Amino acid sequence: MSSRQKTWWIVGGILIIIYALFPIAWIISLSFKAPSDIANKSFLPSDPSFENYTTILTGAASDLFLPALRNSFGICLIATAISCILSMFAAYAIARLDFPGKKLILSAALGVAIFPVISIVTPLFNLWRQIGLYDTWPGLIIPYLSLTLPISIWTMSAFFREIPWEMEQAAQVDGATTWQAFRKVIVPLAAPGVFTTAIIAFFIAWNDFAYGISLTSTSAARPVPAALGLFSGASQFEDPTGSIAAAAVIVTIPVVVLVLLFQRRIVAGLTNGAVKG
Amino acid sequence: MSTTTLPPTEKTQPVSAPRGGISDRARAERKLGWMLAGPAFAVMMLVTAYPILQAVWYSLFNYRLTDPENRAFNGLSNYVVILSDGLWWQSLWVTVLITVVTVAVELVLGFALALVMAKALQAIRPVVRAAILIPYAVITVVSAFAWQFAFDVDTGFVNSWFAWLPGVAADTDWFGSQGTSLLVICLAEIWKTTPFISLLLLAGLAQVPDVLQEAAQVDGATWWQRMWKVTIPNMKAAIMVALLFRSLDAFRVFDSIFVMTAGANGTESVSFLAYRQTIARVEIGLGSAVSVLLFICVVLIAFGFIKGFKIDLAQARGE
Amino acid sequence: MASIEMRNIVKQYGDGFPAVNDVSLDIADGEFMILVGPSGCGKSTLLRMIVGLEDITSGDMIIGGKRVNDLAPRERNLSMVFQNYALYPHMTVYENIAFPLRLSKTPDDEVRRRVTEASDVLELKEHLERKPANLSGGQRQRVAMGRAIVRQAEAFLFDEPLSNLDAKLRGQMRTEISRLQRRLGITTVYVTHDQTEAMTLGDRVCVLRKGKIQQVASPRELYEQPVNLFVAGFIGSPPMNFLPATLEGHALSTPFGSITLDEQRAAAVRGRDLLLVGIRPEYFEDASLVDEAKLPLGSIFRARVDVTEWLGDSQYAYIPYEAPEAITAQLRDLSRELDSEELRTQAIVSIDSTSRIREGREAEFWLDSRKVHVFDPQTGENLTRDAEAGARLTQMAAEDRVEQVQDAQGRGGTGDGGGGSVGSGAHRAGAA
Repeated sequence: MSSRQKTWWIVGGILIIIYALFPIAWIISLSFKAPSDIANKSFLPSDPSFENYTTILTGAASDLFLPALRNSFGICLIATAISCILSMFAAYAIARLDFPGKKLILSAALGVAIFPVISIVTPLFNLWRQIGLYDTWPGLIIPYLSLTLPISIWTMSAFFREIPWEMEQAAQVDGATTWQAFRKVIVPLAAPGVFTTAIIAFFIAWNDFAYGISLTSTSAARPVPAALGLFSGASQFEDPTGSIAAAAVIVTIPVVVLVLLFQRRIVAGLTNGAVKG
Repeated sequence: MSTTTLPPTEKTQPVSAPRGGISDRARAERKLGWMLAGPAFAVMMLVTAYPILQAVWYSLFNYRLTDPENRAFNGLSNYVVILSDGLWWQSLWVTVLITVVTVAVELVLGFALALVMAKALQAIRPVVRAAILIPYAVITVVSAFAWQFAFDVDTGFVNSWFAWLPGVAADTDWFGSQGTSLLVICLAEIWKTTPFISLLLLAGLAQVPDVLQEAAQVDGATWWQRMWKVTIPNMKAAIMVALLFRSLDAFRVFDSIFVMTAGANGTESVSFLAYRQTIARVEIGLGSAVSVLLFICVVLIAFGFIKGFKIDLAQARGE
Repeated sequence: MASIEMRNIVKQYGDGFPAVNDVSLDIADGEFMILVGPSGCGKSTLLRMIVGLEDITSGDMIIGGKRVNDLAPRERNLSMVFQNYALYPHMTVYENIAFPLRLSKTPDDEVRRRVTEASDVLELKEHLERKPANLSGGQRQRVAMGRAIVRQAEAFLFDEPLSNLDAKLRGQMRTEISRLQRRLGITTVYVTHDQTEAMTLGDRVCVLRKGKIQQVASPRELYEQPVNLFVAGFIGSPPMNFLPATLEGHALSTPFGSITLDEQRAAAVRGRDLLLVGIRPEYFEDASLVDEAKLPLGSIFRARVDVTEWLGDSQYAYIPYEAPEAITAQLRDLSRELDSEELRTQAIVSIDSTSRIREGREAEFWLDSRKVHVFDPQTGENLTRDAEAGARLTQMAAEDRVEQVQDAQGRGGTGDGGGGSVGSGAHRAGAA
């Protein structure tokens, strides 16, 4: 590569970084604008202040934001854990065992993945009201499984397929039972795939808005995205923009941390599931 | 020691004679397979197949949640109401427009990003990769707010930064008309989802062997020719998969519209229409019918892609 | 340690295709048996049925006098070396070798003793703490062998263990496996498609074709007394030449002149219009270099040489010839079945490396007619096979084996491996 070409690719890389981070930088900047400064029409705050963070963490909006944060973490972690355990067994069966219906399960997962969330929301809304799951944690965890399970099954079976078959057979010839072969050979080899899948599943659950806004009505179960959506409609503060920006920054921190720590795995997981799944 | 094949010995009755063509082990494997995969499958079916059937059922009734006594079967008349209403066609048009525009732009932009990432120097590659993952990982609602606030008349910086453009002034209200609202919605969607497409395309690029590029170079192909005649045809499967997934995803657009315009000024998408009927107006019957129509649209798109472009998902998976 | 007996073993897949078809084979205690054949002949399937990774459709698999058809792999107490070695990537070399012992809950100090012993034998001592990913191909192969020998298994099974190594390493590992097998005196079944491995390693070789056994015999017998065209064509490198021939009196008329048969062999082939004569490359010689005394034992012909290959210690000449369409087609089918691509009908002739025969010229060749075999082109059967002579060869090999095992085990753990190299040397002499 000539040095001129090199320069161009570096310029390209920098443009990508600006593209990706600019809106994030904007919302961070906005979150540090005091309510009086919010309409200053410029990118940066005239006088950076923590006022918005105080409002949502300890002030007027804290009873809307803090329970939502707790709900989001709890619901997303539980949904991720359940769908990882379920899809771990399913992906193992799909990648390792020969049984009729493998294709059916993968196609079903694909079908569920392309399913319009809103089409499910309507009947669930009605059903949850009838059986008392409306505005509860389980009432969100269950539909979140429909978001996280399909991608978990696809991603994980793609990972599991790359573990060489012979390993398990070798273990069996070496004297292992099926369970021992699974636990001592497959689990250590599969752990990175499971971990990556968990991260992606968590992203998806964390991102949900439609279920959150439709199937909850109070802070008992309302997750952060839905709470953010309602900030604007709520009347308890005059201009919610700064508070929304601060809350948005806080909920973005966990995903950014995950991205920075595990970027290589996340890329492998995303592309494996879709291209090779 | 004998020199050739042993004379056939008395054939003993095999204990594990094949019954019905499959052996015990194969049978055990099938059972284990379904035992392991069954729960996941059952949960998926429960949370999707059951609600959609329920939706089909509700869609045949005149049913308001606030007025359950007057629930009455009225056949397909909900569908007639919807399909003869301009609102449905308006929202369908908006949805199709958003889908086509965002997916087309994302494909081109995503391809460019993928090319840069493929060529980016070892040293900056991790930085670029981490950066590009951030829009993917950021919550859609957060992205929608960021873009909305940027274009907002009061809080935004766009009007002052781009005042030199014709038609942009300090008091330009981007969310005041359908066209400009949709433009900002599309921008937010494109920003948020291009990384996903570009990562898929990057994986597709990696599957095109370098030696093909070299061979084409020796054969005298220019950069453009190599791109069009060697690289792109060889990553067709990856492109098609990316297109399919993104189109289906774009067609369900909901979060951004909810946050940015709440459906005002003719920016309602089909998903938003269904939401508004069901959750806001508690018209379960009508909302269910919209949901079913949305579901049918998604199925048609998927079917059209798979048949029309002959996407072989198994082939795309490298099998 | 145990013998392995197979009685009418059949493996049928779902579509009814018999991958292994009615195979009966006895492998004696301590014997080194090779399963060989072109790809798709069922050799790996047979091996996987022995170890229990593949169901047996019908027939009996008896290991050490016990029927094992319904036993899981772990209950059969066998060791196997896989083609890709199947080393556990998350474990160190030490833990890889120790894995079977850990599974059987062997106490720690016993594990350490046996792993150390195995790593001494395989010269893996300094690599014990490394992960498989950091090992060379040959080292990985040795770790796989270590995992196999660390356990007192009834038998060793090898599934093309050397096919991922380069040619030089393959030669070294071949002698290593041979030495180890003799030293441990353990029953061994070894699958390969490489006929050199088959000839050098095996006490007996079982040649398979499309799931059926063609011939089970010592390498020497396979080479000198093949039962049919397939075995004759598969064993030997470069392969045996097949020439079309017709019988006139006691003489075969071939593209390379007339070959006189003795009374007994002439009688055996009489009554067929068209025959195939099988002549190994080394049965030929540059006529000008043959002893006066030997000349009358064969026939002399002139032919134009197309290409010569001089390899230093040996030399090959390629001589094209015309053959009837039917024969050409059949030979092409045969070569396809043997995984090679025969493009033209030509004979490969081995001549002395000092020979002055040059490409493109006519030359005079001598052909040793005593050792030629005559095949029926329709059935492929070897019409001139001397079963008794063959049996004698295999009997001799069996006696050699017993002697070598005693010899190797007598020397015990000294590890000089003399017995093994003598053994492989003897086989190589037979092959030459």
